[in-house]
Amino acid sequence: MASNRVVTRAAGRRDLSRPGSSGRKRRSGPPGLTPPGPTARASKGVFLFVCCSVIIIPLISVIATSLADEKQINASGGFVLWPSHPTLQAYTTVFENPVVLHSAFVSICITLVGTTLSLACTSLLAYSLSRPGTLAHKPVLLMVLFTLLFSPGIIPSYLMVKELGLLNSYWALLLPVMLDGFNVIVMRAFFLELPQEILDAARVDGAGELQTFWRIVLPLSKPVLAVVGLFSAVGYWNNFFTALLYISDTTKWPLQLVLNTYVVKQNSLNLKFIPGHAPPPPESIQMAILVIAIVPILVAYPFIQRHFKKGVLVGSVKG
Amino acid sequence: MGTLTASPRPATGGGRKQALKSRLRRDWPLLAFGLPGLLLLVLFQYIPLLGNVIAFKDYQPYIGILQSPWVGLSNFSVVFNGDPAFLNALVNTLEIFVIQTIFVFPAPICLALLLNSLLSERIKQAVQSVLYLPHFLSWVVVVAMFQSILGGAGLLNNWMRSQGEHPLNIIGNPELFKWLITSQVIWKDTGWAMILFLAALSAINISLYEAAAVDGASRLRQIWHITLPGIKGVVILLLILRLGSVLSVGFEQIVLQQGPVGINASQVLDTYVYTNGVLDGAWGVATAVGLVKGVLGVVLVLGANKVAHLFGERGVYEG
Repeated sequence: MASNRVVTRAAGRRDLSRPGSSGRKRRSGPPGLTPPGPTARASKGVFLFVCCSVIIIPLISVIATSLADEKQINASGGFVLWPSHPTLQAYTTVFENPVVLHSAFVSICITLVGTTLSLACTSLLAYSLSRPGTLAHKPVLLMVLFTLLFSPGIIPSYLMVKELGLLNSYWALLLPVMLDGFNVIVMRAFFLELPQEILDAARVDGAGELQTFWRIVLPLSKPVLAVVGLFSAVGYWNNFFTALLYISDTTKWPLQLVLNTYVVKQNSLNLKFIPGHAPPPPESIQMAILVIAIVPILVAYPFIQRHFKKGVLVGSVKG
Repeated sequence: MGTLTASPRPATGGGRKQALKSRLRRDWPLLAFGLPGLLLLVLFQYIPLLGNVIAFKDYQPYIGILQSPWVGLSNFSVVFNGDPAFLNALVNTLEIFVIQTIFVFPAPICLALLLNSLLSERIKQAVQSVLYLPHFLSWVVVVAMFQSILGGAGLLNNWMRSQGEHPLNIIGNPELFKWLITSQVIWKDTGWAMILFLAALSAINISLYEAAAVDGASRLRQIWHITLPGIKGVVILLLILRLGSVLSVGFEQIVLQQGPVGINASQVLDTYVYTNGVLDGAWGVATAVGLVKGVLGVVLVLGANKVAHLFGERGVYEG
């Protein structure tokens, strides 16, 4: 493996010395044949390393601080890069607090229910728009496209939710963001590219629309369902805006609002401390709440990453 | 499309107009499929869009939108008479837009150029996965992380204090606010915005570079004459789309951080609408401002698209 790489690198260097000869054979590499000098390469490397560190280091230190003990936090000025004596005390304290625990539960439920319903609505609408000649599919498609250009504005949306009696209800977190016109367009584009012969064959065999959709279209559409579903899940998990607008009842807060109050605004939580133990330092408690909000994203990220490039590109080309 | 004629579902394009009744009988499952999505679209997009009429009314919550008296354009007087609070929000919005267009917009282009010139495909992939990550964190998380590093009790200031220097007031400094939020946007979304440019770069024909190299063009000249023209279309498209959101600069991000810096430095049009409408109940005025904002955004996109056509570019849509 290693020797293989050396060979390719040597081959690469050879063709760099003879510009124009075999550049096309190189599969990776710069779209240019003049080789970058060693200084250019080094400076590129350093620059990209700095870019990546700027992203990675804060994340690591958030996690490390949440695990660190008071002595280390005080010694390092509130910010730890590697916990010397890792302890889960901050987490046990946070999880004993009903506010954080409940809000995390609310966020998980909203994300699961929201993503499921959102995928259902979006795929059903997209499918009905993708069948040729359906009654009224043109005006409906126009209606979807129109929403990409205009958005109704904060106040009328707020009043609508209020008129529906959804203020302070979990439905207010679910419904307003459930259908995104852009996702409908992306899915419709995908459905249109499915081989129509299969759908026709299913119909000849006597399958109804629902059966065709469920047994044939959805199984063939896993990639696009994954992309739209994961984006929708991230959206629900991270949603702060609709919660801020529609949920004033603190007992119904999702995690992002709790995060805002106790970490960004630095209000102190009412915590139950274990008698006989020193309470965990406030920094590690705040960072522990932050970690709770980040971990699902970090866990889902590898799965998202496999799909999202395709999803974004499909969307940008077809939309 | 050729297969459709053979399908048991005749397409409308086939010229066989059926009676509405029989089409209804044929299409009702598909219509039912689209119904939930359509309902959401109507409830949370179209009715609120109509709800913008309260910009022309003296909206009183207890008698409802329809019964509230018409007041003509008097809600727009803050806009036309240049109410100081409104002007302040407008100026802040435009300033932030200009700063972000200068600093945020070119960043992903430069990064994409740099990444595209890397030799190793593996390093490229690794760097990309790191750079995309912050896009999936919520604004609350990003703001909390910035605070834990730059805030009054954060890493930087603790370090300054330990060095015997005065702590820097970065989070609460009104003069630095616009730069603070700009750097946050760069941190969060530069990597993500890069995807489209990378796609455009990979679509450029390699043989152009080979030809240029044979003609003795340096790397910089290759970038200037081949790479940049190659991604011009995407750049113009994104600039136009950006213009549409000129009056909406990061609501969530700004609302989260208004506390320490105060309204004067941080109020933008979106937060103006939120504070005046949802918080203070000046529904009519807030809606009027939101409406002006929305209409201007659409006009700007359509206008910029026209200009792009005049210069022979494709723009967002044809026609």
